[in-house]
Amino acid sequence: MNDVNQPDIVAFCCHYTAYACSQDLQNLPRLGFPENVRLEILPCSGRISITRLLKAFEQGADGVYVAGCWEDTCHNIRGSQIAKKRVDYVKDVLAQLNIKPERVEMYMISREPNRGFIEVAKEMTERIKRLGPSPLKGK
Amino acid sequence: MKSGSNLEKVLKSGQFAVTGELGPPKNADAEVIRTKARFLKGCVDAVNITDCQTAIVRMSSIASSVILMEEGLEPVTQMTCRDRNRIAIQSDLLGASALGMKNLLCLTGDHHKFGNHPNAVGVFDMDSVQLLQMVKNMRDDKVFQCGEELKGTEPKFFLGAAANPFADPFEFRALRLAKKVVAGAQFVQTQLVYNLEKFTAWMQAVRDLGVHEQCYIMAGVTPPKSIGMAKYMKNNVPGLDVPDEVIARLKGAKDAKKDVREEGINICVDIINQVKEIEGVAGVHIMAIEWESAVPEIAKRAGLLPRPSVS
Amino acid sequence: MIVGERKPIQEIVGMLKGMKKILILGCGGCVSVCSAGGEKEVEILASILRIDRKKGGEPIETVEKTLTRQCDTEYLEGLKDEAGNYDAILSMACGVGVNYLADMYPKTPVLPALNTSFMGVSEEQGVWSERCAGCGDCVLDRTGGLCPIARCSKRLLNGPCGGSQNGKCEISPNVACVWQLIYDRLKGLNQLEKLKDIFPVKDWSSSLHGGPRKIVREDLKL
Ligand code: SF4
Ligand code: SF4
Repeated sequence: MNDVNQPDIVAFCCHYTAYACSQDLQNLPRLGFPENVRLEILPCSGRISITRLLKAFEQGADGVYVAGCWEDTCHNIRGSQIAKKRVDYVKDVLAQLNIKPERVEMYMISREPNRGFIEVAKEMTERIKRLGPSPLKGK
Repeated sequence: MKSGSNLEKVLKSGQFAVTGELGPPKNADAEVIRTKARFLKGCVDAVNITDCQTAIVRMSSIASSVILMEEGLEPVTQMTCRDRNRIAIQSDLLGASALGMKNLLCLTGDHHKFGNHPNAVGVFDMDSVQLLQMVKNMRDDKVFQCGEELKGTEPKFFLGAAANPFADPFEFRALRLAKKVVAGAQFVQTQLVYNLEKFTAWMQAVRDLGVHEQCYIMAGVTPPKSIGMAKYMKNNVPGLDVPDEVIARLKGAKDAKKDVREEGINICVDIINQVKEIEGVAGVHIMAIEWESAVPEIAKRAGLLPRPSVS
Repeated sequence: MIVGERKPIQEIVGMLKGMKKILILGCGGCVSVCSAGGEKEVEILASILRIDRKKGGEPIETVEKTLTRQCDTEYLEGLKDEAGNYDAILSMACGVGVNYLADMYPKTPVLPALNTSFMGVSEEQGVWSERCAGCGDCVLDRTGGLCPIARCSKRLLNGPCGGSQNGKCEISPNVACVWQLIYDRLKGLNQLEKLKDIFPVKDWSSSLHGGPRKIVREDLKL
């Protein structure tokens, strides 16, 4: 996927968030979920590790994000806050490597069945399109 | 008489002593010291020469003391533990004594964090109490810190220390001074006094321990030059206590379109007059750093002139 | 424990210039506990370095390993057969581990990935602070168990200095004045008389200033 119009994005998503936003993950594309976003479901966003985020970049992702629940609705209470700290860590690492820290993001979305889940996927896609392909691409 | 310095003589004679303070320049210009010295001449019994105060590199206190002596003034040479270990301190003190310095103020020194070389190593091989003890032993027992005999001429210093009545824990402050006196301090210059109530309470504690009879206590004073300076001292200088009334007085002068500096001098004179009345206060130490020209006026108005000539 | 902190990435990157294959070596001791140089941190640093090299078009091969400790002959010996395979060993142990690796493997460059900060405690998750400076001649019996060498900014033995105010040290409102703490504690223990005597000048020869230190215990030697 070297096409600038089709950025390669990995989304780590909390099981609860994803579930609430779309009861039927198979149907996501039909609901407008961008196809270039690869979804990886976690039992809780707090389970995301710094290593997994970094490895996603290593393996060629142009952008990576974590979607978790709103701080006060998190099933595991602090899960999404922990996830945010790890994302911040990776942002700092990217900055130190002269890679735009905006390539990684933490989204806290409502668990109410609304479109937030799809919105952030779209937003991230737009953002990465603007930033262009990862500087690791083709190297 | 330990050193026979002018300051020691004045204090011994029972007269109210006055010391000034002079900060050496941040360059090699001897003229800066001479100019400042001329303001102080005749108004004070001796002049403190700071040792890279606030950890900013300045002309050395010993070299500056020599220049001061050439101007006919007597230095109180300051020595801190921040920049020298016991070897360097003892060596420098032998030199200082050989060059004719007779008063020594022993300090731990301000931490260098806020100076202009914050990355330097802070030596702190010893503290001010231990420094006093070491110099006293060199003088009285003719031994170096290591215990080795000091053969020949020993350094003869009238030994001074600093005391801060306004630092914490307050209950321990008089006791700490007592420790310094046991270590060797013969005179003491205090942190700037603005809070007279607290100073009076501290003096009471000092008297309760009988320390005022074992050393000469000189109250530190400085004229606030501006409202900004007073506020800065209040908020930014650790261990300094500037009550709101002082700032209010300066503001009042400003509002009345009067000269704030003039009011600063008035405040300083008032404080001198008040500390003079406190039992056990043997003198004042006027620190008008970078405002040496104010000292003659303060000394005059506080009735401290002429300075006695003792022999 | 010994508390350390990973060096800035660019500093590590700079050390590794031109190298093609390195061993990133974690330590399961103190630095693991303080999350600076254990297995997890090895994995993270390896990934960071690979990303950087890939970006620059000069990939690097990283081998990741974590020893139980790097301050013990026993564990370091395990690298005997492979040490020669690397352009360098990037140690994530404290300086002790780095030194010992260098002592044991004269032919392999050894590099530090951490700054070894101090000996301290874990006050709470993510917060560490210094307690002992290893001066070699402990004075805590006289100071209520609180160390004036490691915790007083001026190493005063006859404190507190005139900069102590509201329990804080003159260097920062965020630093406690240990001499205030010592005073309070001795007062609480009814031992304030301990502060009456002058504490003599310290013998620093047992500390860093006396040359490298060594302890030999004949009773334990084999
Ligand atoms: S006195 Fe020395 S050995 Fe004891 S805690 Fe302090 S630094 Fe450590
Ligand atoms: S304020 Fe306290 S901790 Fe800081 S240097 Fe002075 S005595 Fe030491």
